[in-house]
Amino acid sequence: MCLSIPSRVTKIDYKNNTATIDTMGISREASLDLMEENSIQIGDFVLIHIGFIMNKIDEEDAIISLNTYREILDAMDAEERQKAILESDNCPNTTKG
Amino acid sequence: MDLSLKDLYDGFRQADVIKEYANLITNKSKLLSHPINIMEVCGGHTHTIMKYGLKQLLPSNIHFIHGPGCPVCVMPKERIDHAFVLAMQKDVILVTLGDMIKVPGSLGSLQDARSNGADVRFVYSPLDCIKIANENPTKKIIFFAIGFETTTPMTSALIDQVIKKDINNILFHINHITVPEPMKALLDDPTNKIDAFIGPSHVSVISGSKIYAEFPNKYHKPVVVSGFEPLDVMQSVLMIINQFIENRCELEVEYSRSVSYHGNITAQNLNNKYFETKDKFRWRGLGDIPKSALKLKDTFSHLDAEILFNEILPTQMIDDHKLCICGEILKGKKDPKDCKVFGTSCKPNTPMGSCMVSSEGACAAYYKYGNLK
Repeated sequence: MCLSIPSRVTKIDYKNNTATIDTMGISREASLDLMEENSIQIGDFVLIHIGFIMNKIDEEDAIISLNTYREILDAMDAEERQKAILESDNCPNTTKG
Repeated sequence: MDLSLKDLYDGFRQADVIKEYANLITNKSKLLSHPINIMEVCGGHTHTIMKYGLKQLLPSNIHFIHGPGCPVCVMPKERIDHAFVLAMQKDVILVTLGDMIKVPGSLGSLQDARSNGADVRFVYSPLDCIKIANENPTKKIIFFAIGFETTTPMTSALIDQVIKKDINNILFHINHITVPEPMKALLDDPTNKIDAFIGPSHVSVISGSKIYAEFPNKYHKPVVVSGFEPLDVMQSVLMIINQFIENRCELEVEYSRSVSYHGNITAQNLNNKYFETKDKFRWRGLGDIPKSALKLKDTFSHLDAEILFNEILPTQMIDDHKLCICGEILKGKKDPKDCKVFGTSCKPNTPMGSCMVSSEGACAAYYKYGNLK
């Protein structure tokens, strides 16, 4: 039950201390009561738990993780290409010259 | 790159990257001097491990122990009986979160109470209580509050509004529990098999990773705070293995896009305003654990349904069936498949023990995803 949904802030209602958030195409209201004043801006990525914004997601940090995953995939691709070349070189049926 | 919302979902679930992490973990694990048992404390992580088949991707010297971090699962039946009895009172509307709908106590579930005529409402957010209270001025609204550190501040925010708006028909039955104390209780058992912990995601967003500082220092167990996505869990496993290989024992945060050392201070201040630690709480499957739950401060006892309805609330403690081995599963000594009643008498619709009660419990996750390796 501690699951929380990443969402993006699309509107802020300062009077009621709430925000409108987009969760993969669904628009909802969430309370800002647990956030420090003025700490959330339109466009921020946030986590929502039972109707409340509970934090702001660090974009740079998320991008670093995603870039790491891309590098891992690239390294894997390079390794597999290398392996395929070696296997091809060692293949007895390969016609050389 | 510009981050999109989709990246925050799909980016951390890429099947080919998960597979590559499995290779990295398998290679690294060959350098371990002994097998390691990693307890994922939180039921959300148990769910991810089972749903994405991560258990099957790991080498034979890395084991998961499924911890007690499912608040619905560890709620003892007598507390659910409290909710049932309160719901059956005249002029009471019992309000709680959807997770509690089907959980049976000894008198039945809240769904059963509703079919017996009780006014029980399951809400998305605690703040929904305010609307219910305004629409029903002659009724007493009792919010049956459940959850770990993640969910406590939302109850605090409701209490704050009740007081500020002078709403006089909302009461609280508090069942908020905390994560570090059961972790310590498990380690205090000399027969425990835990070598390291994967720390909860959103508990840590609120409390900060600081709440685990004593585990590497005092108990010599590494902790890596992890996000809930499958790649978060795989990266965390790799970080734990690296600590063992490099002979380190530290608190690390994999989920750094959302977790800081100090956590959400605004939420913590709100909790401290209304709550204090209870002497003990009886955890289903684990028994009494000191200082592991919260109660309303005396100043706010006029809002406490447990005090106001004290005379009618049952006091009988109710244990699980003697064939149930959930206590042993929560301690990592047994597996759901070791249980004689797993999948036979004990199923998600007819749970006999704590681990089958919610989809985040180990037995329910094994039952649903069939990862019976």
